[in-house]
Amino acid sequence: MRAANLISPGFFTSEPVHLALLVGVIVAIVTALVGVMTVMRAQTFAGHALADLGSVGGAAALLLGVSQLWGFVVAGVIAAIILELVGMGKVRGRDVTTGIVFSAGLGLTALLLYLSTLVGASSTAAVSVLFGSLFVLDKSVVPGVIVLSVLSLLLLGLLWRRLQLTALNGEMASARGVNTRLTGLGFIIALALAVEMSSLTIGAVLSTALLVGPAASALRVCSRIAPSAALAVVFGVIAVVAGVWISYNSFAWTASHRAWPVSFCIVLVVVIEYAICRVVGKRRV
Amino acid sequence: MFLPFMMNAWMAGTIVAIIGGVVGIFVVLRGETFMAHAIPHGSFTGAAAAVLLGLSPMLGMAIASIIAGLVIVCLSKRGKHDEVTALMLVFLLGFGTFLLAVSGNSERSIYGLLFGDVLSVQTPDLLWMVVLAVVALAIVGTWFRPLLYGSIIPDMAASRGVSNTALSAILAIVVALVTTTSVPVVGALLMFALLVAPPAAAVQLTASPLRVVAVSVAIALVQVWAAIALAYLANFPVGFTVTALGVVAYMIAKVVAKIRGRARAVRTLK
Repeated sequence: MRAANLISPGFFTSEPVHLALLVGVIVAIVTALVGVMTVMRAQTFAGHALADLGSVGGAAALLLGVSQLWGFVVAGVIAAIILELVGMGKVRGRDVTTGIVFSAGLGLTALLLYLSTLVGASSTAAVSVLFGSLFVLDKSVVPGVIVLSVLSLLLLGLLWRRLQLTALNGEMASARGVNTRLTGLGFIIALALAVEMSSLTIGAVLSTALLVGPAASALRVCSRIAPSAALAVVFGVIAVVAGVWISYNSFAWTASHRAWPVSFCIVLVVVIEYAICRVVGKRRV
Repeated sequence: MFLPFMMNAWMAGTIVAIIGGVVGIFVVLRGETFMAHAIPHGSFTGAAAAVLLGLSPMLGMAIASIIAGLVIVCLSKRGKHDEVTALMLVFLLGFGTFLLAVSGNSERSIYGLLFGDVLSVQTPDLLWMVVLAVVALAIVGTWFRPLLYGSIIPDMAASRGVSNTALSAILAIVVALVTTTSVPVVGALLMFALLVAPPAAAVQLTASPLRVVAVSVAIALVQVWAAIALAYLANFPVGFTVTALGVVAYMIAKVVAKIRGRARAVRTLK
């Protein structure tokens, strides 16, 4: 394939592509940083549950006719607090309570979406909440995304040292005077803000992929936390840029001109990164 | 409520409740709820692939779910499936949308698969459900003791030669089979409400293994029957009524367990 065929006309000038790249890169950076702590604290299930639970708020917002963004954020933070307060204690207990809270939220989403179809909204809302698409973003989401990113990163930065200590050795952290319960609560709120921001803009599926994938890949090849976080950010940004590029150009590759969904392309890059990191990490040990 | 077109719904619900109540016990005891949430999404991808290849959706769902479960178990360290499960889940969903985009299918079919539609169950589907349910129950029955032993005292079981990875693989296959039968009824997203809530409630109420099975199945049956009746009478989506009743059952069990624990403490003090 010649170089000219690799990049379809308009990739560098198209406005949806610019917006997709801008929002995608911001989301990738924030979720990769939060993701490192999520993977280390073994809270990926909670992270994924929060991505889906935001859609309860999204559905409620749809029904009430208020901004989806605030629906997602409010529902996400409430769900995060419930998860942390109810699921305290053993890891095994946490798993079951996450499952129960999660399924309750999904059931509520089904009800709210059903009610909103009664008042005339589209029944495909659930699908768009779940899968989202970077290419149909509206410019107006950008300020909200930036505000939530800053809030989430501030909270994470504030808690970073305590989280690091708690992740390495919980008992030692308590002995040093770290309030592990409050730290956990603070972290899960930071996680909720990041995850809601990303699941609203890029869909719940992609949100989990960018939260877990880059961080898990980085932690496979790097044992220190700060370099892992930097590496996770790099992996996340590469996944978004490469995924958007593949999706945009795939339109020209197939005879039927059906573009590949951008979510799938980014997930594919994330999975390939993880596979490579596993192989490399195994060889180094 | 008992009109002919509702009969398939009642029967499908009953089958799902029985196997969900039994299999879910091990999901809860082993702390594998995330896996039980991820595997059903394999059926979404499998159905999309089957539609593209012109195969039976049921077959595609079963194969894809089993492969997904085994890959999760094989790629993760003992007892730590977290990151692999998450990545498998997003890959399944992403790949499913890719297949649907390539085959040019409508979004309506995605919605049905994820949220389920109990009224759309056909009689041939029911036959498949019974077959897969019997296979799943036979597997659980055959390995009931090692599964229980390995779930409750993993270290002891390992020293007796029970492989934890093998147990996880068995559980993954069973969850995949259960999933395939249940997705048309409650949907992939809500399937696991049945796998988690009734067993979690049963474990709170009793400690004897056989009684846990009985209580769990009983709760699941009441949950599903009441959910279908409520959905029919109040015209709510079944997904909502099933999960809401599951949460109620779990909360009641928690409260009962707490009251009982307090009563026992008082008795020992006297």
